[in-house]
Amino acid sequence: MMTGVLTLHRTSVGKKVIMALTGCILVGFVVFHMYGNTKMFMGPDEFNKYAEGLRYLGSPVFGYEHLLWVARLVLIAAVVLHVWSASALVTQSRKATGGMKRYSEHKRHTSYAAYTMRYGGILIFLFIIFHVLHLTFGVVGYAAGQFNHPGGGNYDIYNNVIYGFQNVPISLFYIVTMVFLGFHLFHGVWSMFQTLGLNSATYNTLLRGLAVVVCAVVVVGNISFPVAVLTGVIQPV
Amino acid sequence: MKLTLKVWRQKNGSTPGELKTYPADHVSPDMSFLEMLDEVNQALIMQGEDPIAFDHDCREGICGMCSLMINGVAHGPKEAITTCQLHMRSFKDGETITIEPWRAKPFPIIKDLVVDRESFDRIIQAGGFISASTGSAPDGNAIPVAKPDADKSMDAAACIGCGACAAACPNGSAMLFTAAKVAHLGHLPQGQAERHQRVVNMVATQDAEGFGNCTNIGECAAVCPKEISLDTIAMLNRDLVIAALKGIEPVVK
Repeated sequence: MMTGVLTLHRTSVGKKVIMALTGCILVGFVVFHMYGNTKMFMGPDEFNKYAEGLRYLGSPVFGYEHLLWVARLVLIAAVVLHVWSASALVTQSRKATGGMKRYSEHKRHTSYAAYTMRYGGILIFLFIIFHVLHLTFGVVGYAAGQFNHPGGGNYDIYNNVIYGFQNVPISLFYIVTMVFLGFHLFHGVWSMFQTLGLNSATYNTLLRGLAVVVCAVVVVGNISFPVAVLTGVIQPV
Repeated sequence: MKLTLKVWRQKNGSTPGELKTYPADHVSPDMSFLEMLDEVNQALIMQGEDPIAFDHDCREGICGMCSLMINGVAHGPKEAITTCQLHMRSFKDGETITIEPWRAKPFPIIKDLVVDRESFDRIIQAGGFISASTGSAPDGNAIPVAKPDADKSMDAAACIGCGACAAACPNGSAMLFTAAKVAHLGHLPQGQAERHQRVVNMVATQDAEGFGNCTNIGECAAVCPKEISLDTIAMLNRDLVIAALKGIEPVVK
């Protein structure tokens, strides 16, 4: 049984299944990440307690940051497999089409989102690197000493987010990327069910609807954070 | 009607081709698209030029031979018909029409608008059949088939293997074709014995032939003259996942 699963990477459809399963993990993360961040609207105490709570997840059974690291490793593995399968499949398709515009005119029947998956994916990948360097490590976008590194009983990250988003170009980059993440989710969430063979005429409308809801919740939620900082709804303390 | 045609001319697979412009001055709106090309060819022959090579056979939308990319759309502007069922009344007088062959690496150009679609035959040979004993014909009602299953199977079996799906796919994927065959047999009791081996073999062959990978865009279903639905692809995916869980390896000659 297990050995069969491990042969999935050999075929094009199997690679897509890997993409769908890892995509499912990443969609779950993105929704949770957005939900957790809404705590910034409840004030600095709630938000900082959330940051602390993530590190004590599963305590006292699990040790400090243990489950957080498990989650991080699973997410990194998911990103690596998602990108690997995507690039392998794009290479295959490039070969099949000659990698160029094939016809003098090409009528596009279906959505913009489906056509931009790979380009949106590249943008999102670059964004993840920037995002980690920015709000996790605090090495870009901050004046010296402005970023408070959490740990050792100090989890005051509320101001980190606000100082981070007070930088207008960085906030705009976040907002633009979220729009492309929205396109990616709009096609990706539905596509996940199609690829796993869980879609059919009976469920198609429902699954398209689910994709729209996930896409709207994540995009509106995530964009609300930089907008709240830029408009002064959230102030540093 | 007077039309201007921009037609892909290519001597053979090893020579580069180009779009050449031809006038079509005596076109009746009641002509089929292929009859219009016949007229243009007649004029070319009279002038001593090489006529435009294009595939055609039954000219009633059931054989799957005609295969033209008309103004960038497989089988032209009308939905759910083949090129031979397209009539010139679908075009405006004075219009310029671009005619190109299917373009995908597994469909090498033989001449002008004619491509080699044997890669599809090899996908069928890998699993698009059932193994049955020969002999006298079995009783028609010996194996009961539920009406909804028979309908779904028939919808998928409508595929004529024209290749419009792979030609229209931005990824050059043949998934709709392969999935139509998988769904056609997979919905019937006779297809169950080889169901999972079939999908593994056909997908492996499709990959080996050099087709691209499906990204669920839906361009294929949009141009399919037989309106095969993306549901068939979901069924192929489902069967492949189950086959992988069962550890079935491709057996391809």
